[in-house]
Amino acid sequence: MNVEMTVNGKTVKADTSPSLLLSDFLRENLNLTGTHVGCDTSQCGACVVHIDGVSMKSCTLLAVTVDGKSVTTIEGLARTANADLHPMQLAFHHNHGLQCGFCTPGMIMSAVDFAKRTPNPTEGDVRHWLEGNICRCTGYQNIVAAVLAGAAAMQAQAGG
Amino acid sequence: MNVHTGIGASILRKEDRRFITGKGNYVADIKRPDMVMGVFLRSPHAHALIKGIDIKVAAALPGVAAIFTGADLAADKVGGLPCAWGVSNADGKPMKEPPRSAMAVDKVRCVGDAVAFVIADTVEQAREAADAIEVDYEVLPAVVGVLDAIRPGAAAVFDDIPDNTCFDWECGDAKATAAAFKNAAHVAKISLVNNRLVGNPMEPRAAVAEYDAGRDHYTMWTTSQFPHVVKVLMGNFVLNIPQHKLRIVAPDVGGGFGVKQFLYAEEIITTWASRKVGRPVKWVNERSEGFLSDAHGRDHVSEAELALDETGKFLGLKVRTVANMGGYLSTFGPNIPTNLYGLLLAGVYTTPAIHCEVKGVFTNTVPVDAYRGAGRPEATFLLERLVDVAASEMKIDKAEIRRKNMIDASQYPYQTPVIVKYDSGDPKACLEKALEDSDWGGFAKRKEESKARGKLRGIGLCTYVEACGLAPSRIVQSLGARAGIFESATVRVHVTGDVTVLIGTHNHGQGHETTFAQIVSEKLSIPADKIEIVFGDTDRVQFGLGTYGSRSLAVGGTALAKATDKIIAKGAKIAAHMLEAGEGDIVFENGSFAVQGTDRSKSFGDVVGAAYGLVNFPVDVLEPGMEAQAFYDPVNFTYPGGAHIAEVEIDPECGSVDLVSYIAVDDIGTVINPMIVAGQLHGGIAQGVGQALFENCVYDETSGQMLSASFMDYCMPRADNMPNMEIVTLSTLCTHTSFGVKGCGEVGTIGSPATVINAVVDALSHLGVSHVDMPATPSRIWRIIHNSANQLRAAE
Repeated sequence: MNVEMTVNGKTVKADTSPSLLLSDFLRENLNLTGTHVGCDTSQCGACVVHIDGVSMKSCTLLAVTVDGKSVTTIEGLARTANADLHPMQLAFHHNHGLQCGFCTPGMIMSAVDFAKRTPNPTEGDVRHWLEGNICRCTGYQNIVAAVLAGAAAMQAQAGG
Repeated sequence: MNVHTGIGASILRKEDRRFITGKGNYVADIKRPDMVMGVFLRSPHAHALIKGIDIKVAAALPGVAAIFTGADLAADKVGGLPCAWGVSNADGKPMKEPPRSAMAVDKVRCVGDAVAFVIADTVEQAREAADAIEVDYEVLPAVVGVLDAIRPGAAAVFDDIPDNTCFDWECGDAKATAAAFKNAAHVAKISLVNNRLVGNPMEPRAAVAEYDAGRDHYTMWTTSQFPHVVKVLMGNFVLNIPQHKLRIVAPDVGGGFGVKQFLYAEEIITTWASRKVGRPVKWVNERSEGFLSDAHGRDHVSEAELALDETGKFLGLKVRTVANMGGYLSTFGPNIPTNLYGLLLAGVYTTPAIHCEVKGVFTNTVPVDAYRGAGRPEATFLLERLVDVAASEMKIDKAEIRRKNMIDASQYPYQTPVIVKYDSGDPKACLEKALEDSDWGGFAKRKEESKARGKLRGIGLCTYVEACGLAPSRIVQSLGARAGIFESATVRVHVTGDVTVLIGTHNHGQGHETTFAQIVSEKLSIPADKIEIVFGDTDRVQFGLGTYGSRSLAVGGTALAKATDKIIAKGAKIAAHMLEAGEGDIVFENGSFAVQGTDRSKSFGDVVGAAYGLVNFPVDVLEPGMEAQAFYDPVNFTYPGGAHIAEVEIDPECGSVDLVSYIAVDDIGTVINPMIVAGQLHGGIAQGVGQALFENCVYDETSGQMLSASFMDYCMPRADNMPNMEIVTLSTLCTHTSFGVKGCGEVGTIGSPATVINAVVDALSHLGVSHVDMPATPSRIWRIIHNSANQLRAAE
């Protein structure tokens, strides 16, 4: 089936199998390997991308269902902030919000959507939102700190 | 140097950038020209004879390049998976060591045992072909639990081992322990299960193998914690590939936790198959497949008794454990419930007599091997639960009974009755700090406050000691290791003064690229950003033993410090020549080589420039260049220790356990990067909390089917399950590593299961509960509360 979508600002046209997952399409067809696959059951959130600005698990979507939409992956995130790094990426770095780095792209993509929806988040808000993302390394403490810092930075940027 | 990037600096991680931008290079990301995809067909039965495998239909399907079975491997003389650690029975006889072929040939011994490897142009084609393979199984009765496996008449996992017993191991002094129990005023007893766990690093295991026929050379990229060991074991013992014709690369690896430190069949088969099909072969584990093919952890059933005098002083400890080995011996399987368990049973206490017996048992389950902490969490859980039971029965405060029995700082080095000798530590300081920070004395008030809200509050305390940095080679070999346990590091100083470090440990989340750079920064007084750490590629790093058992900094870091010392020594020679001084008069301070007692000096950069610039260089006595390698074989284990305290609130209506607070006081020696250390402690604690409250690998006892083989069924902690933890580090210095480092990667996982379960039991103690097996899930707690309430009503 033919699909056409915008991925990280570029138009992509492809003839794909109707059963191809979006995560596989991004990784295999477009070589965007920053989107990771960690479970198979949509539990871990390592594959989270933005579809028209909304965070979604790309292992739960068929590539053909994204026809006509705009996809942002971790590789294209900084572009949306017009910067070398997105404030949320910087916040993960500054707060040691990652260790092995495998869950990190999904965490950051999920956190950016959260920060857009939640202007002044509490720690509890962050922990609740991250329920769909599993990290096995950090015990979440520094991820939560990173998301709070990243949300504040995004708000400051939007306000400024 | 303007900014301090050496020891003690919480500098941000150098490796972060590629991970936060999606530029990490994990094995599943690797593509090679003309690559084909491999899929394993795995046994749906826990125990069955393979009467035949028909691949005809499958082999003819579109895209299929090849299908291999165990018979093909055997015909090609592919060796079995070696066990790298053998232990002896109490009578001195060696353990039973049945062969383990890379792919099952005539019998499968657990669900997930591989029976065929299908290679096709795409994964989908390979999967379809795997589905079309006909395997004729004769299903046999299966055994899952260790106690069932050693009952008379139980099905035998191996025909020639009818009692399913791999080994009957012991440590300590049976006679002295028996005598201690004769003199006891009180004996506390406990029976407990340490439940089976699956490590579940977020990145599933994967392998890509490429055979270059022109060079007769293999390259294999794998998700490994120790690529050099894979190279030695697989090249030497399985595939008969000369070491110079085999390159193993473990690039970015998405978490290990022990699970990725073994030689796996998939690595062998993809490597072998890449030559057979003449194309690069890639295999990536699916998550549910990972549950069935990654080595598991824990799985003990134990009984223990503690003898005490009338004041609560420990006199003797007796432990009997039955440990599950699974359907085969994994790389280090036999070492985990023996040396890494029995030898840590003294804990931080002065118990004079200890005797421990461990029976290792085969069952129709996935093989068990090291998982974060490996043996030491099991020892700590058993001991610290038993101490709580003793305190409760003798009506002694739980902190007081520990204080009374602890090794005093003045008693170090301390020889335990179970072989190991702790070089340094101060458990009392850890305990007192934890008690103070947790407001141990104010707990009763908090419990009342919880009660007013209808909640049951409990407080739990655990102290522990760990043995890290496995060592020295002569000792571990006497305990059954079939290789040396040391580490190598090479410091390559470039002509510009920039440094590349080649190190044999592996970084998969631990922050080595930052921490190791800090060591060189400290020693050479150059900024950490001028130093690059290279690891994980056997073509770049000459030798190494990888990362496991919290050894990287203690053993690898010491090797690195020694290699850096050689650089300084070489620099001193060059500086002596440049400054026309005696070599013995040169001192290296603040980044310069100076003639002692004078103002004459040469900067590190000048000396490096001379090493490569060869200006008037006396090449007959002084070799040009600036590179040094060091191997370090440690003189002892390192012994981190500490005290953890947690509080829980239980909702009696639904049995849910809320972890309210967690305080960890850990003595891990010198801290190189406090930010990274705190992160590792957070993660370690979360994994231990996972075992205590959520995680459980469950098999159906009759069929041997795994009932928890996905993230929907195997519950791991999520962000809203964890509190913010308070981390305190104390530092008594290790006496034999560079800078006094001890290791910190596992201490959280060692301390937290007992801490949390002690708190859960404390919350339920008014119901007469003295033990709760892990995981303390809501259903388990609800049943305990309601059964106790029913019993109380019946008694009224």
